[in-house]
Amino acid sequence: MTTTEWAPPAPTTADAPAVVVRGLAKSYGGRAVLDGLDLEVVRGECFALLGPNGAGKTTTIEVLEGVRSRDAGEVRVLDADPATAGRPWRARIGVVSQGEGAAQALTVREALDHFAAYHAGPRPTAELLAAVGLEEKAGTRVGRLSGGQRRRLAVALGVQGRPELVFLDEPTTGMDPVARRQFWELVRGLRAEGTTVLLTTHYLDEAAELADRVGVIADGRLVEVGPPAELGAQLRRVATVSWLEGGARRSVRTEAPGAVLRDLLATTPHEVPGLTVTRPGLEDVYLQLVGTPGGEQ
Amino acid sequence: MTTTLVRPAPPSAARVALARTRLELRLFARERQQVVFSFAYPIVMMVVFGSVLGGDVLPGGVPFPQYFLAGIAATGIMLTSFQSIATSIAAEREAGQLERLQVLGTPPVAYFAGKAGLVLVTAAVQLALLLPVAHWGYDVPLPAAAADWATFGWVAVLGSLAGTVLGIAVAGLPGSAQSLTTGVTAFAVVLQFFSGVFFAFPELPGWMQQVAAVFPLKWLTQGMRSAFLPDEAAAFEVAGGWEHGRTALVLVAWVIIGVVVCTRTFRWRSAER
Repeated sequence: MTTTEWAPPAPTTADAPAVVVRGLAKSYGGRAVLDGLDLEVVRGECFALLGPNGAGKTTTIEVLEGVRSRDAGEVRVLDADPATAGRPWRARIGVVSQGEGAAQALTVREALDHFAAYHAGPRPTAELLAAVGLEEKAGTRVGRLSGGQRRRLAVALGVQGRPELVFLDEPTTGMDPVARRQFWELVRGLRAEGTTVLLTTHYLDEAAELADRVGVIADGRLVEVGPPAELGAQLRRVATVSWLEGGARRSVRTEAPGAVLRDLLATTPHEVPGLTVTRPGLEDVYLQLVGTPGGEQ
Repeated sequence: MTTTLVRPAPPSAARVALARTRLELRLFARERQQVVFSFAYPIVMMVVFGSVLGGDVLPGGVPFPQYFLAGIAATGIMLTSFQSIATSIAAEREAGQLERLQVLGTPPVAYFAGKAGLVLVTAAVQLALLLPVAHWGYDVPLPAAAADWATFGWVAVLGSLAGTVLGIAVAGLPGSAQSLTTGVTAFAVVLQFFSGVFFAFPELPGWMQQVAAVFPLKWLTQGMRSAFLPDEAAAFEVAGGWEHGRTALVLVAWVIIGVVVCTRTFRWRSAER
């Protein structure tokens, strides 16, 4: 078979970025969902769009997939404008949207075999079943799968055509912890083959686990971009020194916790009860970035 | 194993259309209700009308069951094409199945071809079951001349395709799958009365005849009459003849214009939020 001989080219740094977005705007019925979003995804990287529900993650990804129109902004995906790109371009991207989109009366194997006909050189069904851990469900009808199993089928369908760029829209929602870890392995496998991955998630651990860079989206804009460990560097510098004084908790937020501690210890002859020094974790940083009331203000 | 770095071209629309047709047939066979309804409906109608009005004679000395067979054959084709295609597309769109096809870059015409393939196969089975019932149950003579069978063939095929195109077009109207199904069913019933399925077409009021002439069902029914009725009955048609040329023209126009329009306007997704 000649179809198995083909493999996507490995990306090089000389390539143009996989995704370039400038000033993307989109509103529904007068309500702005995206309001000047800028984004760049390098070839071969895994980029996570992180944000609360309704922040515009799905709209962004749908514009990039070329299935939703935009009101304004420049968008290039694999050197083409998704709004006008044709079938050869579609063959180079893979989409895992929030539904699996296969007829409920088909078995998992039938669905994969059917959709293989839309691709030149698809991944073999057996390989896909193994990769997403659905081998034992191959003969089960799609309508009888659990939510997590449907997500896995969606992932299998999304990578069936050996795409160079994969969009994963909240791929692990509804998966149990074992399935999530299996999915992470799958994404690492894709990346090892040079596939560029753009995923949306509202799981911080997932972003930290998978992504080279994370973009936090809030109110229709990208408010911060960076490697997960460096996200919110400004915010992370602020530590909270906290202790009990006369039975009540006192907290001081400071960029110089050492100085605060020295003063505190100098003025307190005995042990300081309940003393803690904390720095914000990824979750705290995230909550501050998206301006959720639950985050420290 | 050598690895090339050039992505092969996507499979042709024809290959995708073939895969779609196989899929449509498989899914149809798994919808037991739909299978029973599609195949039983024309037979039940034949039995009901044949039993009640079997003794009536229409202008030209044609027994009612013979006249009615043409109408019910046409109606059966209209239901399996127009009605079931419109409702199934609306349901597939609502279930998000068309979004998957869109992101795969499926050519709309390949999707349409899959629907047409399903319609042609189911219409053929439906007619193969209906004709023996009419013939042996209600003494309807089947055409003797090869030319009449040929007419029956092209009318059935063109009618199926025109009905499919009409179904695809209607599936593009706004609204939920539920409301569309209701609307399509009501429209199909009215169209049947207007198109002379249940009554002799020439006896209908002129305005009804003119409305019906816009849609494929009237021509499909008339074409079926030309295959099943004796040649003398042609004189009792509104135009005084079978109008084969005009029938073919209207049905082909529906197919061609319909495909062009639907290819450009087809919506894979429900309206934007």
